[in-house]
This record gives sequence, C-alpha cells and structure tokens, in this order.
Amino acid sequence: MSRARADEEEYWHSSKFRAFTFDDEDDELSQVGAEPPPRPALWGRGPTLVCAQTVFFPQLKESKRAVNSLRDIVDDDDDDLEKVSWSGEPVGSISWSIKETASSSSSSLEGRDTSLQKGSSSYAALPKQVSSYSLSSLFKGRNRLPSLPSLSDAFSDTGVKNYAPELRRPRAEYKDYSNDWSPRDTVRRMQRGKVCSLERFRSLQDKMVLLDEAVAGHDGNVITAVLIFLKRTLRREVLFRELEVRQVALCHLIHFLKETGEQKLLLDLLRFLDRTEEVALSQYREHLNIQDVEKKREFLKGCIGLPFSAEDISHIQDHYTLLERQIIIETNDRHLAMAGQSEIFRKYPRKASILNMPLVTTLFYSCFYHYTEAEGTFSSPTNLKKTFKIPDKQYVLTALAARAKLRAWEDVDALLTTKNWLGYTKKKAPIGFHRVVEILQRNNAPVQVLQEYVRLVEDVETRLNLATKYKCHDVVIDTYRDLKDRIQLMAYKCKVERGSAEEEKINSLLSNMQIRWKN
Amino acid sequence: MAAHLSSGRVNLTALREAGRRELREFLDKCAGSKAIVWDEYLTGPFGLIAQYSLLKEHEVEKMFTLKPGRLPQADVRNIIFFVRPRLELMDIITDNVRREDRGRSPQRDFHILFVPRRSLLCEQWLKEQGVLGSFIHREQYSLDLIPFDGDLLSMESESTFKECYLESDQTSLYHAAKGLMTLQALYGTIPQIFGKGECARHVANMMIRMKREFPGSQNSIFPVFDTLLLLDRNVDLLTPLATQLTYEGLIDEIYGIQNTYVKLPPEKFAPKKQGEGGKDLPTEPKKLQLNSAEELYAEIRDKNFNAVGSVLSKKAKIISAAFEERHHAKTVGEIKQFVSQLPHMQAARSSLANHTSIAELIKDITTSEDFFDNLTVEQEFMSGIDTDKVNNYIEDCIAQKHSLIKILRLVCLQSVCNNGLKQKVLDHYKREILQTYGYEHILTLNNLEKAGLLKLQTGGRNNYPTIRKTLRLWMDDVNEQNPNDISYVYSGYAPLSVRLAQLLARPGWRSIEEVLKMLPGPHFEERQQLPTGLQKKRQHGENRVTLVFFLGGVTYAEIAALRFLSQMEDGGTEYVIATTKLINGTTWIKSLMEKLEPAPF
Repeated sequence: MSRARADEEEYWHSSKFRAFTFDDEDDELSQVGAEPPPRPALWGRGPTLVCAQTVFFPQLKESKRAVNSLRDIVDDDDDDLEKVSWSGEPVGSISWSIKETASSSSSSLEGRDTSLQKGSSSYAALPKQVSSYSLSSLFKGRNRLPSLPSLSDAFSDTGVKNYAPELRRPRAEYKDYSNDWSPRDTVRRMQRGKVCSLERFRSLQDKMVLLDEAVAGHDGNVITAVLIFLKRTLRREVLFRELEVRQVALCHLIHFLKETGEQKLLLDLLRFLDRTEEVALSQYREHLNIQDVEKKREFLKGCIGLPFSAEDISHIQDHYTLLERQIIIETNDRHLAMAGQSEIFRKYPRKASILNMPLVTTLFYSCFYHYTEAEGTFSSPTNLKKTFKIPDKQYVLTALAARAKLRAWEDVDALLTTKNWLGYTKKKAPIGFHRVVEILQRNNAPVQVLQEYVRLVEDVETRLNLATKYKCHDVVIDTYRDLKDRIQLMAYKCKVERGSAEEEKINSLLSNMQIRWKN
Repeated sequence: MAAHLSSGRVNLTALREAGRRELREFLDKCAGSKAIVWDEYLTGPFGLIAQYSLLKEHEVEKMFTLKPGRLPQADVRNIIFFVRPRLELMDIITDNVRREDRGRSPQRDFHILFVPRRSLLCEQWLKEQGVLGSFIHREQYSLDLIPFDGDLLSMESESTFKECYLESDQTSLYHAAKGLMTLQALYGTIPQIFGKGECARHVANMMIRMKREFPGSQNSIFPVFDTLLLLDRNVDLLTPLATQLTYEGLIDEIYGIQNTYVKLPPEKFAPKKQGEGGKDLPTEPKKLQLNSAEELYAEIRDKNFNAVGSVLSKKAKIISAAFEERHHAKTVGEIKQFVSQLPHMQAARSSLANHTSIAELIKDITTSEDFFDNLTVEQEFMSGIDTDKVNNYIEDCIAQKHSLIKILRLVCLQSVCNNGLKQKVLDHYKREILQTYGYEHILTLNNLEKAGLLKLQTGGRNNYPTIRKTLRLWMDDVNEQNPNDISYVYSGYAPLSVRLAQLLARPGWRSIEEVLKMLPGPHFEERQQLPTGLQKKRQHGENRVTLVFFLGGVTYAEIAALRFLSQMEDGGTEYVIATTKLINGTTWIKSLMEKLEPAPF
C-alpha cells in the first residue's frame, strides 16, 4: 500500500463542508475539477488486491450540475413536496404528533422546549401529495391525471383497501373459570396473559412439574412468574438445588435477580453453584454505583480478594491502586491550584478532576503537571510507569504528547535521547519517528524542531513526504542529494523562496562536480 | 404511503392492516376521550404501523412521552400507557399514578398496553408498589414483526442478541416464534423449515409445538412462502463487524438509520431560496425517510457506494431532458401536459438533490485516510492476512484514543477471523484497552468473551481458512459496478450468512456438511404438512419464495446481498427478510457493552 497520498490527504482534509445550495456550481465545480483526481479506488483492497476504478466524483458533480440547472424552471418550494416539519418528522407521524399535542396542552409546557411548536403552521396542510409515479414513467409524457393519495387516507377507506384475514383465536379460551387446571393448562393460560393463582401447587413435585412446563413453553414471562412464586414459597437451599439441574430456569432467575437488584440473593446463588468468577465480576460491577470516591476505593480494595480469573485479578488490583493514587494526587493538586502559587496550575488551569480517569489519561496528567518530580513522589510519571508497568512505547507516546502540548521542546529532545555506556548519545523513538513528527506537528512545533525529527525518519519515502508536507527544506534537499536524484532536486528549487539560503544550497549542490548524479 | 409494502413478492400490507385492527380494537375498549403516554422507544416502530390520524379517529386527543413526575393536565377520560415491559418504566408509571390528583373531577381512568407482551413480572412489580389496582385494562399488543419494506420485517428488539447469548433468556425467541405464527396465519403454513444454530432450533421447536397445541391455527390459506430459513447470528459473527460498503449500509454505519429514518447534518441541506442563502443555516438535523417508496433510493440503496455516482449522474440527465421538453411544448394541450407532470418532476428532482447531498457527505468520510486504513486492516483480516499477531493499526488507534467501539470491532474481527486469538495477543489487547479506556471495561470484555466475539484460540487450530475457502467468502475479482456475486457488498467479502442461504437454494446444504459442522449449533430440516388442496403446483419458471429469519440481527449489507440474489435472472429464489433487529457493528457491540455510569463531569 503506497503512502504517497499525502498531498491528496492534505487537500481532502483541508476542504471544508459546504452547504449544497444549488448556487455554487461554477466556482466549486471548476475548483474541484482543477484538483488532482481522488485516489484510484475508494476502498483499499489490501496489498494483494486489485482496485476497481471509480469515476465517482465527476459523476457526482454531474448530477449536482443537473440539479442546479433545474432550479430556474422549477418553483423551488420544497415545503410543498416534503411536508416535514423542520425537525424532520413527517407531519402526522406519531412522534411528531406527540410534540404537537403536548405543546398545545398549556400545563405541560414547563420543561418542554417550545421550539417544538415550529412545525405547527404547516399542520393545516396535512393532506399531502405523494408521487405515485415512478421516475421513468413520468418522463415518457403519458398524460395521466394524477390521483393524489393523501397521508391521512392511507388507512381510511378511500383508495384500495387491504382486507387482512382475521387472525384466529385459539379455541381453548372458552374454559374461563376453573380451579383445577393442570400445570400445562396453567402455563398456557399464563402465556395468553390470563391471571392464574399458583397457590394450589403445594408439593415440591407439583411445583417442579409446573416449572418444567413453563420452561418447555419458552415464554420467559411465564417462567419468571413461576420463579417468583417458587422463590416465595420454597426454602432457598431447596430452590437452588432444584434449579441446579434446570439450567434454563436458572438463567432466568439469575437474570431476574440482576434486573431487580437483589444482589445478595444473586451472590448466594452463584456461590452455591460454584460460579466463583461470576460472583467476583458481579460484585465488582457494584462499584459503578458508588459515587463517593473514598467509599469506592474501600470497595475496590475489598474486591481484590475475590476469586477472579488469573488474568483479571491483576487488572482489578491496578484499578484499586490507580484510584488510590488519584485520590492522593487530586487532594494535593486541588490544594496547589487553589493556593495559586504554582505557576503551571495558574497558566494551565485544570479542566476537570483526575478522579476515575483511565491510567493513560492519568499518566498524561502527571507528565503535564508533575513532569520534573523525583521518582519517589506518587504523582511523578516515572513512578506511575514503574507501578503499573507501563510499556515504553505507551510511556513515550503519552509523555511526548504532554510535553509537546506545553511546547517544552528540550523535554522532547531529552525524552528521545539515550546514552550508551561510553557516554555517546543517540536519538531513539520506540514509536517510530514518523509518529513523533505527527505529534509535534499537531502541537505546532516550529520547523527547526520538526526538521530534526523528520530527518530521523528511516523510510526514505515517508521522510520525503513528511519533509515536503511540513516544508523542512533542508531535509528534502539532503535526501535528494543522498539519493543522487538531480532531477527531483532541480524540480524542488521552485518550491523554495528565491534568494534564500535553501536555494543557494541547491545551486551549489547542482554545480558540485564531485557528486555522481544518477540522472 | 403504504405503496412500498405491497411492491414486493409478498404483500405485507396485510400484516400491517392486522396490526392496525388490533390497535383499534384496544382503543375502542377504553370508551371516551383518551391521552396516550408513550414509552419513547415505541413511537418509531408504531409509526410504521399507524399514523396519528388513526389514533385521533379513536378519540386520542393528547399524546405525551413517559417521564417521572405529575402527568400533564389533559382533560380526557382515559390515560393509556404504551410501554415495553421493563421494570424501570414501571417505576415511572408508578410515580405518574401516585401523583395523580385524586380530587379532580372527572376522574381519569388508567390503562396499560404492554408491547409486545404482557409481563407478569411487571404486574407483580406494580402490585408491590400498590398501584396495580389503578389500572382498568391491562393488555398486550403483539407488535412482533413490523413491516419495514416490501421485503423486510423487523421485531426491533434491540437486546435479543444479548439476551440469547449472554443471559440465556429466550423470551425474544418466543416472540419470534409468535410472530412467525401470525405470519403463517396471514400467508399460509410454510411447508419447509431449515435452520442453523441453537436459537434457530428453539424457534423451530416452538413453532411446531404451538401448531400442535392450537389446531385452530391450521388454516386454509394457500402458502405464499415455500421455505423458512432460520439463522442464528452467532453462526456468522464476522459479517456485522466489517464495515458495510453499500449505500444504505454506509448511511447506517455513519449516521444510523432508525425505523427507516435517518438524521443528517443540516449543512448540506440548506434552504435553497435566493436572498436568504447562508444567513440562517438550519441547526437541527435534517430527517429523511428511507424506503423503497422513493424510486431513486430503491435503485441505489443496495449498490456498492462506488457505483452510486454513475446512477445519480444518469438520473440527472434524464431529469434534465424531461425539463427540456418544455421547449418543444407548442400547443396548449402539450403545455398542459407538461405542467401536469411538474409536481412529479419536482419530487424526482428533490430526491436526486437529497441523495447527491448524502453521497457527498459519505464521500467525505470514505475518502479520509482513517477510513481507508481501517478498511485495509478489515480486509486483510477477512482474507486471512496476519490475523495471529498484534496489529499495528489497532495499537495506533488505541494510542490515539479512537472510539472504544471501533477498537472492539477490529479486535473482535481479528479474533473471529483467527478462530480466537493467542493468549499473548489477547492479553496485550486487553491490557492496552483497560489502561487507555479504564479498568471498568473489563466487564464489557467479559461480555464479548461470553458471546464468543472475543476468545482464546484453543487447541491451536484455526479453521477460518477452511470455512473461507469452502464457502468462497473472499473474492479477489470483485466487480463493484456490475456485480456478479454477493461479495460486492463488502468489496471482496461475501457475507457468510447469505452464502449459507445461497448454497441452501442451490445445490443444497449436503454439499457443505463439513463446514456446517465447524459452525456453532445444529443444522436441521423440518416439514410442515399441508392439506392436499393447498400443495403448490409450481408453474414452470416460477420463483420460490424463501423467508430468511436472522435471529440476533441483520445488517443492511446482508439484506442487499439477499436482494441481489432475488434479482439474479437464473436465481430461482426470491427472498423476504425478517430479523429481531436491524443492526450494524457499532449498535451491535454497543448492545453488548456494560452500561457504565456517565463520567462525573
């Protein structure tokens, strides 16, 4: 897959949405026409795959042009055609009518957005014309008197009426009152929404036959109803034991307990079933309902001992440690910020508290506000990195983004510099220098800074692209020199300023007899 | 407005008409003037059955959305709650009822209409709150299968997949079976049932049981459908994860289609009147209905997006030519004729303008670098390249904090295409996700694992390549403009689910027994006996009609692929599609995510 799309990208990214107003054909069309054609295919097909040619854009322009050219002829009153209130609901639809009737009832207006009334003026014009012609038929010039069905008669008796056959009602309904239904009949009645007393199922055996019937009917509604009855009339241990061999009913009970929030019974049940991981997760889930951070921290601490799976336990531990850490940092920083003595907090006031933020966000925060702190403090980035075993790549990426945002270019430099044991320094970027450039560029780094890292991008093609895109002339010139590409170098001359040092450099290179150009 | 429902091979207007009658019957039970309090989720689906005017004819004077607090002071005899059977909604209703002023006169009567099914659990809940007695009518409205288009039915039950595969709650399968019984009552018994997957097996069992238990349902209608194919979503977890590349699929991926409506950014739909241009641009989203009633949309919805441009430009020429006609109109009669056609030409023009704008909006996205990179990775995975190691692009996206759903879609796609990830790879992704997006997402990751979307490769064998080759899921020579295979809907990938449907029709599943065994759940065939008089004698050259029911959701691209098969000249089968919910990768993953409390600020 070629990366040579940079130029086009720039164009497509820089072109802004413009309203399609039918008035802008000349300027916009000619402008677009002059641009390089879009990339050959809309879809990437992977390295081995062919690209289907597309001529999409010219065609889109064409249809646009055609639509535009018609505006002179047609009285452009679209409201007659679409009959939608601007919120888009077709007039007469149910959701539209809710707004209508609601906003016209005076007392219900309190919390309501009065702008909903907008559509009301068009309401009077409810019967609407809908084209029943097909596009192609109407251009054949047949002289048909348009019969215009209206929205409101779509269901009334005008026009073609559709007779739906009567849905048959099951026979069994005649027997309406009796005390002596079999379990099967009881379940069937319940399936049809009839109220039934279940009290007469007294023995355990009867109750289980009833439950099995309900399960066989597959109607969750009935199964749950029977379970509610059983839950009320059976001892817990008995119920659990019986459900253990009835998986479907068991699932329904678990679902039911979750839904109604009977957490304690749920956990008892899961423990009884030895589904320990589920117990753990289900308990852990509870932390989402705790607002107070101190309480949440205590709760998470309690979760660490739960029987999670081996992979999950370390994450839960980290979750607790992170919140604990955040509470310390937050208390400190809120204090610092309020005292107003720390320059960084004055210059860049905190937008939100760091509590409950993800780890990477916390790392970013700490790289932003606490970058220079010694490893010993809880808020220092290096401490976070160590505690949570953050991979190098992740760390560099985050630190880079934070320091670049502060335009602390020396920090960026230091971050990417490594020393070997002989004391020589070397630039190294675990994320690749092209990503470094991207991040710096996003933070408006000056060309001098950018240039240094563009130069380090290993892949020549990417390097040239980035250098050209961000106007790092020196890098472009040097790269062409190294490639011994005289033609490209000559072509590049027109891209640099006349009389500039760069032009001079190109000229001196071109006249240098020692270079053996390849072209 | 119902024209689109009767345009297909099966006239679905009858189904809607049955739904309307049931609604009218209920409304008439509550005598006198009424106000409806709506569970907001239901207004969309109900809108496809009936419009406000129908309700109005049955004395519905006011409508409100369900929310806690005191009910508005509407002067009506009846207050009817239209709700899904959910406990949190029961709490709101309880609050409403408790705050009702008992001293007011005349008193207002309360009723509840449960959609799609009455819930004993909810009634129990209301009873515990002490308000159950306040309701005079408590009924159910079986809105099981809602007609969306001439060949499309949906239950719009968003949580079916989660309930079936995470919670083992098969209630919505029961509703699906009920819906199929209704369908058979209207369109005749379906003689042949095929299926693949656990849920499919359940639904078929329930249908057979229901038929046995209510012999009254034996009807004498000539069968419209020849075959029913029940497919579990978990037989094909791959397809919804990939980005759909049809026009309709992309609209759904980018803007989300709900109950046939889409909301679009208003910039491109500015009012076109001269003089006021640019001044007050609309700020509310533009809402459009998308169905086959609009001829242009019907033509382009299922095309690969790369083929949409040429159709739009062709249409533009036709319309221009038609408008040119006016120069040739000489006589009064000719002019009159031209004028009489103007409204329809305007409609065509406005339709063209809308879709040109939508296509431009989509183009802006599909030409972005990120869309391209994302698609490249998807296609690499689906064609089996580098599925067994940590992917650079996914790592980059996490580092740049792209939306979590996007990350999960890609990671799950990789897992499915590799029949599970190696321990090291899985652990790496999990760690990166939790560290970047928050540890609480461990709950979501657990859900995905439970649903089989994310898993550990066990036994060290990856059978995806075998499945891919046997079912020809990856086609290198795809033709997006004039497709000759269903793989055009994903520009190379042929949706597994639809391939199964295609192979069932010809040459039959016996040819792919081996692969069927690799996919989860049983596959089966059932026959339902028809009285002799109703057995079909097929005319030569007459197409069979197959109803494909996706249990757990279907994407627009899969629908497009089935429509493509319907239209193939020598196909021999036409398809009608039913589903529990219209989904795309994003809405699907979202339905599996743990609902997390919103951030505290």
